[in-house]
Amino acid sequence: MAISRKRRKGAPHELVGADDVMLDEMAAGQATDRSRPLFQAPGGVFATPTRNRRLPERVRWPWWVLVVVRLLVVVALVGGWQVAASFKLIDPFFWSQPSAILHTLDTFFLSGEAFTDIGYTFEATIIGFVLGTVAGSLLGLSFWWSVNYAEIVQPFVICFESIPKLALAPLIILVFGIGLASKVAIAAALTVVVSTLTTYAGVRAVDADSERLFYSLGASRTQVFLKLVVPSVLPWTISVLRVNIGLALTGAIVGEFISSQYGLGREILYAGQTYDIALVWVAVLVLSVFSVAMYGAVSWLEKKLRKGLPPCCSSEKSMPARPR
Amino acid sequence: MAFSAGSARVEALSPVSFALEEGSFVSVIGPSGCGKSTLFNVIAGLQRPTGGNVLIDGEEATGSIGRVGYMMQKDLLLPWRTVIDNVILGMELKGVPRARARAYARPYLGRYGLGGFEDSYPSQLSGGMRQRAGLMRTLLLDNDIVLLDEPFGALDAQTKSSMQDWLLQLWSDFRKTVVFVTHDVDEAVYLADQVLVMSARPGRFIDRIPVTLARPRPRSTVGTASFIAIKDRCLGHLTQAAEGCAA
Repeated sequence: MAISRKRRKGAPHELVGADDVMLDEMAAGQATDRSRPLFQAPGGVFATPTRNRRLPERVRWPWWVLVVVRLLVVVALVGGWQVAASFKLIDPFFWSQPSAILHTLDTFFLSGEAFTDIGYTFEATIIGFVLGTVAGSLLGLSFWWSVNYAEIVQPFVICFESIPKLALAPLIILVFGIGLASKVAIAAALTVVVSTLTTYAGVRAVDADSERLFYSLGASRTQVFLKLVVPSVLPWTISVLRVNIGLALTGAIVGEFISSQYGLGREILYAGQTYDIALVWVAVLVLSVFSVAMYGAVSWLEKKLRKGLPPCCSSEKSMPARPR
Repeated sequence: MAFSAGSARVEALSPVSFALEEGSFVSVIGPSGCGKSTLFNVIAGLQRPTGGNVLIDGEEATGSIGRVGYMMQKDLLLPWRTVIDNVILGMELKGVPRARARAYARPYLGRYGLGGFEDSYPSQLSGGMRQRAGLMRTLLLDNDIVLLDEPFGALDAQTKSSMQDWLLQLWSDFRKTVVFVTHDVDEAVYLADQVLVMSARPGRFIDRIPVTLARPRPRSTVGTASFIAIKDRCLGHLTQAAEGCAA
């Protein structure tokens, strides 16, 4: 491969990937005059000297430097917030400040009610998450069994996908009551469709040649399903788990916003209405910690289930090296 | 044992009919798109012929799957299974308990160049190794017939030639009937007892060339006059077929 400089009207120093250019010239040269040397270019093309370029180097800092820098970023953000609030650069009434949040965090956990609320929200989230993901994955997998069935059901799934499900939340509360069931239902409704569609995409991506191989070995449909389709679709289902953490949490919180006796969502709504912004932040902080913990659990699960899959399937390693 | 595949319909295949001798090695060559894959699909039961039938040991076997071993150019190893679990897939599908199938397969893996890799995942293997595992999966079944559809087509020349000798070793140990499709005339002649030449689409057999070179064949066989004569005959047919295509 060669890169050359080519002079053109209006773009005197434009860099051109010369493969195509040179091939054309070679072809032309061969057709007209075989005695001419192949690479003798017409005057002017290589007139400007080629610039020497090196492959961009990627410098990787040691991991502890990265950790230290991350911590510094956190300290700078929190510290900046605190300082800005003390100097009234931002209004601490609306934004609160780290010191007040820390204080509220303390009283929140000492009051004893905290764990009821936390437990309530997390229970709704996890049950909704599991129900929605399992039901959605099973539904998506079931489409493998019959093309006709899949064709008939699919428009309904897409319809349901396009409905903003949170708009149905008041209805769900009416049907399921103000207890845990309604929060679980909203969380499940949010997660089920994404799981279904992703799993179905995975089903359609099952390698047709592998399926032929199974049949050539005399497999039954059930065997193809259990030993080929389910394991092939597994990475797709795992990828949807991450998305579903956030969705299930959103569902549970919104359910609590609308009507609930307990839960972090109710806590946030109450704190907002009484201008206790520090308490809002405390609840959000707890939710974030929970979310990160679930994310970690999913990553762990993924590692367990993905053994043997080539590294190409994990997103990070397949990223092409980009020159900066 | 005889089997004939009298198959099907316009584009892919003209009526073809051939019988295989038990335990023989037959190569099939022909221009691309001449229906070799269709023929294999019909024999393996993966595609119903529009007419004609497949007989195995004189029994009707049209459209029945699992009667012959079939291997494609892609190794199609399942990435989530270890090498040994990939190899026993066929046995497992036939209902052999995993533990027993593993115990049965393990010595074969050691003997045929996969020793030490039994519990690795396919992603850790080289192309040649993966192909070996794929072939072992096809061979460790109680099928008498094995269809190999360009199994070495994607390998580099050096790996390919060592795989050919490896395959011949396996063939003489397992005594199976092998039908081997390839684009490589050298490979076809070097391996086979008989080379079948197919015409351009719609495919039919235009020649049947017996390869009478003594076995075991050393690599130097490819330089002998009789080898070159057979090869030239094959190439002649292929060139003709290609011209027929162009016309």
